[in-house]
Amino acid sequence: MSNTENNNPEGVSRRDILKGMATVPVLGAFAYAFYRKRKHSRQLKNRILENIDISPDKDTEPVKSITGKKIRLGLIGFGIRGPQIAKAAGFLHPESVENLKMSAAKNSADKRYNDFIEQEDLNVEVTAVCDIFSVYAEKARQTGANIERKGKGAGFSDMPVIYDDYRELLADNNVDAVIIATPDHWHAPMAIEAARAGKHIYCEKPMSWSVEETYALRKAVKESGVVFQLGHQGRQTEAYNKAREVIDNNVIGAVNLIEVTTNRNTPNGAWVYPIHPEANEKTIDWKKFIGQAPWHDFSLERFFRWRCWWDYSTGLSGDLLTHEYDAMNQILGFGIPDKAVSSGGIYHFKDGRTVPDVLHTVFEFDDYDLTMMYSATLANSKPRGKIIMGHDGYMEVGSSLTVYPDRNSRRYSKKMEEGIIDPTIPILSYVPGKKSIDAVTSATEQYFAGRGLLYTYRGGKRVDTTHLHIKEWIDSIRSGNTPSCNIDQGFEEAITAHMGTMAYREGRQVKWDRENEKII
Amino acid sequence: MTAKTNYSRRQLSLLVILRVLIGWHFLYEGLSKLFNPDWSSVAFLLDSKGFLSAFFQSLASNPEVLKVVDFLNVWGLILIGLGLILGLFTRISIIAGIALLGMYYLSHPPLVGYTFSVPSEGSYLWVNKNLIELASLAVLLVFPSWNHVGIDRFIFKNNRV
Repeated sequence: MSNTENNNPEGVSRRDILKGMATVPVLGAFAYAFYRKRKHSRQLKNRILENIDISPDKDTEPVKSITGKKIRLGLIGFGIRGPQIAKAAGFLHPESVENLKMSAAKNSADKRYNDFIEQEDLNVEVTAVCDIFSVYAEKARQTGANIERKGKGAGFSDMPVIYDDYRELLADNNVDAVIIATPDHWHAPMAIEAARAGKHIYCEKPMSWSVEETYALRKAVKESGVVFQLGHQGRQTEAYNKAREVIDNNVIGAVNLIEVTTNRNTPNGAWVYPIHPEANEKTIDWKKFIGQAPWHDFSLERFFRWRCWWDYSTGLSGDLLTHEYDAMNQILGFGIPDKAVSSGGIYHFKDGRTVPDVLHTVFEFDDYDLTMMYSATLANSKPRGKIIMGHDGYMEVGSSLTVYPDRNSRRYSKKMEEGIIDPTIPILSYVPGKKSIDAVTSATEQYFAGRGLLYTYRGGKRVDTTHLHIKEWIDSIRSGNTPSCNIDQGFEEAITAHMGTMAYREGRQVKWDRENEKII
Repeated sequence: MTAKTNYSRRQLSLLVILRVLIGWHFLYEGLSKLFNPDWSSVAFLLDSKGFLSAFFQSLASNPEVLKVVDFLNVWGLILIGLGLILGLFTRISIIAGIALLGMYYLSHPPLVGYTFSVPSEGSYLWVNKNLIELASLAVLLVFPSWNHVGIDRFIFKNNRV
């Protein structure tokens, strides 16, 4: 180099500065481009979301320990669902705790143990349990006694009392509230007696097995004033609340058709549950199982797989349609339908069952100009989702929520012409834990959102919806509020399910006489 | 010493242009994540395939670790981008950039039989853009341009050319 200044390491020449700073102007260009890009996407979002007002996700309320007197629970029925509800209330059998612990040790992505340990303490205790299969009764007792949520070597202090008969449990003064998780044909009789005994009730769905007992249960609960919660934990799904806002904001226009589905393809999904090796006539009180059902000789199949027979079950209508219906009733609030027709059959599971494994039920809601179609199969698992269809768009609801515009929408026609809205890309997307409901402007974001991959671990821990549903019930008992799936919602659910079942079994259109509150 | 290499004007210009282009890409990747309140590396990490997938997925399984990973990724991208554009601490920026791209590549290797939940916009077999960008950075590392054009001229005066 000819410039002598360069030989002096200490000096800084004009040439040094020019060469040293030569690329700085690039940052200016970058800042300009970045500003333009952000402005463009902000404007695009604003234009898409014009006149649409959806609330952002509430920050998770700080979890508060419930103070005051412990609420004393009685557990009735401890087969498959019973233990799940007990877990949601804070009680898990030591063996199950141990299993979760081991599974977490093997796979660090398995957070179930941690989630359970950190699940809020609801300040409740289990004082009594009842199951007519002695193995389940003992399991329920040990579960209720495991107050420290410990695994192997858990010390049991106060053991809950085992009752062979639920009536004795209901007569126990040490029980304030009961959780009923029995076969369908026992829900209403037990709940009615519980209400009369002044016990608060968390009852698994469907609310009733026969039409008549539906009225009797509503009457008993209203007269007694106990707090009643029906076990549709979907009530706690945040995406359903957002879906309601989407409807209220008229984002998808007038809704005339809803499609809800059940898509299962496993023996378990078709209620072919395993038979417990210790089950026999000595360990099961068969007479108490039969109850109001027609007499049948002892049968392990019928005891463990009771959902396959009308004698004890309400089939697809009661077990799975009710979840779908309750979700839609939560979003649209349409109540009991005016008409129902059904069709289907036992096509796949030729195992002696009497309930269908493929079922279609179509409900009409006259005042809403709306039809809800329920389509169920137990022999294919293609996810078909829940879809609410309006003139201006459609909405897919699940744990997340996606709203697509309709290509022939009048409301969005101008924006589609201008290229602001693309009918193949959703206009709104909501994923739990995400900070806002948003216009989707990036294809990548949509791709991830649709797979539920985004945000799963953000916003703190995931909470079991059944836990939230139980908590709401317990909170309501303490505060005297009405829980979200109360006796009126339960009544609507049960009548709707019965209409679907009657339409199938009687092969005719079934109507609801609104004036006289009768199915005709 | 390579640090004092002399280049023709054309050689130097193209080296600096390549450095600035890669820097621009890093800077924008970082800033676009910084300005998106919902961005997280969790989906990318969980989607990892290949022999290191267990490691990358484990980063996503713990919210605390994930926060650190997100922070390092966003600010790593931004600082590397600025470093490359300005020629500021260029050597360490290039090395960090190679490390980061290496992790992107290894977490999502374009090997036969692997598909990823976000399909890439091109077609790749073994070699993808991450690997090419990584190799470009390696070239920039052995043909230093920061002692000619870049703020490093003022910092590492002994190497100034």
